[in-house]
Amino acid sequence: MKHEGYDASTLAAGQKTIAEFRNVSKRFGSVLAANDLNLRIAKGEFLSFLGPSGCGKTTALRMLAGFEAPSEGDVLLDGEVVNNLDAHRRPVNMVFQHYALFPHMTVAQNIGYGLKQQRPRLPKNLIAEKVSKALDVVRLGGFETRRIWEMSGGQQQRVALARAIINEPKLLLLDEPLAALDRKLRKEMQIELQNLQRQLGITFVLVTHDQEEALSMSDRICVMKDGRIVQVGSPQELYDRPRNRYVAGFVGTSNFFDGKVTKVTGTRASVRLENGDEVEGSPVSQVSVGQSVSISVRPEQIKLHRSGDGATARVLNRIFLGEHTEYLVKHDTLGEFLVLSPRQSELNDGPFNTGDVLFASWEASAALVLDSK
Amino acid sequence: MSIRTRNWLLLAPAGTLFLALLIVPLTVVLVFSFGERAPAGGVVPAFTLEQYANLPARWTAFKNTLTLAPIGTLAALLIAYPLAYFLAVRADPKWKTILLVLVIVPFWTSILIRSYAWIFLLGGRGLPALLEWIGIDGVRLINTPFAVLVGIIYGYLPLMVFPIYVSLDRLDKRLLEASSDLGAPPWRTFLQVTLPLSVPGIATGCMLVFILLMGEFLIPAMLGGGKVFFVGNALVDLFLQSRNWAYGSAVAVALVVIMLITVTIYMRLLNRLGARRDDVAIM
Ligand SMILES: Nc1ncnc2c1ncn2[C@@H]1O[C@H](COP(=O)(O)OP(=O)(O)O)[C@@H](O)[C@H]1O
Ligand SMILES: [Mg+2]
Repeated sequence: MKHEGYDASTLAAGQKTIAEFRNVSKRFGSVLAANDLNLRIAKGEFLSFLGPSGCGKTTALRMLAGFEAPSEGDVLLDGEVVNNLDAHRRPVNMVFQHYALFPHMTVAQNIGYGLKQQRPRLPKNLIAEKVSKALDVVRLGGFETRRIWEMSGGQQQRVALARAIINEPKLLLLDEPLAALDRKLRKEMQIELQNLQRQLGITFVLVTHDQEEALSMSDRICVMKDGRIVQVGSPQELYDRPRNRYVAGFVGTSNFFDGKVTKVTGTRASVRLENGDEVEGSPVSQVSVGQSVSISVRPEQIKLHRSGDGATARVLNRIFLGEHTEYLVKHDTLGEFLVLSPRQSELNDGPFNTGDVLFASWEASAALVLDSK
Repeated sequence: MSIRTRNWLLLAPAGTLFLALLIVPLTVVLVFSFGERAPAGGVVPAFTLEQYANLPARWTAFKNTLTLAPIGTLAALLIAYPLAYFLAVRADPKWKTILLVLVIVPFWTSILIRSYAWIFLLGGRGLPALLEWIGIDGVRLINTPFAVLVGIIYGYLPLMVFPIYVSLDRLDKRLLEASSDLGAPPWRTFLQVTLPLSVPGIATGCMLVFILLMGEFLIPAMLGGGKVFFVGNALVDLFLQSRNWAYGSAVAVALVVIMLITVTIYMRLLNRLGARRDDVAIM
């Protein structure tokens, strides 16, 4: 089992652990929502849980917040086991998916709520001062007396953010905080969140099913599947060295060709594809002869030319993206795959049109040999 | 058909009913209340304030109504709120419907029959007998204000439970998590989030129960045994037994006026509360 439950409990030297999952599982009746999670969250980092809906991201987050207790294993905050510590006693705050702002309170009352709960009580003017500072941080200065329903979605989002950071939590949890915003606002908020995280130095733990969001904001991404952690790493690591086909497919776009390993030599492996072709690739982890694998080639790693070596491919579709052009091409036996050509190569070789028959090739180092799971 | 016509059509059935069954009778009662008693019962039209001058004679009925209706409303609220809270927030969703049905099951039998059950329970061979058995002697329950209170609380409880249940059920449970997340222990979450957000349900329930209690006559008649008289009982007496319609009308008008005044004050208070708390709109 150990090989499946990816061990992410190592951090780079010098990084301090602020929170940790140790062999954490969570059962809801017969559903195993979290399955043997092992993860250290470093102080000050921006970590994202990434995975499709239902893979257990929210459950993991809720165990950090204190809304769920693990069925097995331990959740640690600042080195202490907090499995059964109530949410209101944890130095952790959360931005809820649909904000969960209090409808009977003004913007200022919402934001000051956390301060109002502190004992001994804080003086009123100190609360007001901190609230107005928090409003400035999220660029909503002057909105104190507004009602929640008078605010737009994006503004509500920022109120929720201000409310969650006002107690200066050790961990800020964000459950799909941008999912309800439109695309343009989402982009803006992504940048704002990142800036805020650097400015405050608070550890952010974000949950998202949007790979673009995770890639653009996170220091590290924890990819999940069916309640398990599949791989943890920086966006670049996940993109360049995905641990298996699932991660390669979830982080970025890739073309996959299935086959079996026939030979392993040094850093290369030969793979016999389903059509009988034999190709060279670079294994990301240990592979053995006879193993079922997928060759993964990123679209931008494939080159198209009018003549020369490579697999013959016919252009089915062409989408001009400015800097790049995306081609959907079809190989007789390997099927369809995507190619992303830089503008320059098009200028050299002339534009390729639908119906053109070309040669597609890639470096063996760009063909990752991945566990096909 | 214009929107206007259609709007009138929408209002027509209720409007007709309202006119026929409320405005007309109320006008009749108002006219009667200034009349004089006819020798054979009924009313002689007149314009005299004599009937109103006689109102203090029925002071006890007003006093009973005006103490037991608010107390009954408050007691029903205190009992209904935890029940509604349990049903809406705590109960397993699988059981919710069944539990809700159980709350209204008593409505399936007539209040008359249920009141007879209470007569037995509170009467000499019921609870007092049980108390005597464990050594507490001389407790009289039936035909006391207490018996009436028990009866009205019992009878009106579902009316209080439902509006509160609805407002608590609609309450987004994530708000409670958010409150807890921000450091509020459970009881403070209740006071600062749950309670204010259920004010609309409380307000509706109290209003409903209070207004109906002001006009109650069956429960006091049965469990008060003629000793705990409500205004409703006075009206039954004046219209059906003594056939003093003019005086009865004056008593009825007085009751309506008192109700209007209390309800107006009540609404004012609620609205002020709502405004101060920046609350969700009340009703
Ligand atoms: N309170 C709960 N009761 C029962 N099942 C739950 C509960 N919360 C989550 N689950 C189940 O656990 C799994 C993981 O859910 P969740 O953590 O919400 O996933 P994600 O956030 O990745 O979409 C799902 O199958 C979901 O149905
Ligand atoms: Mg989720």
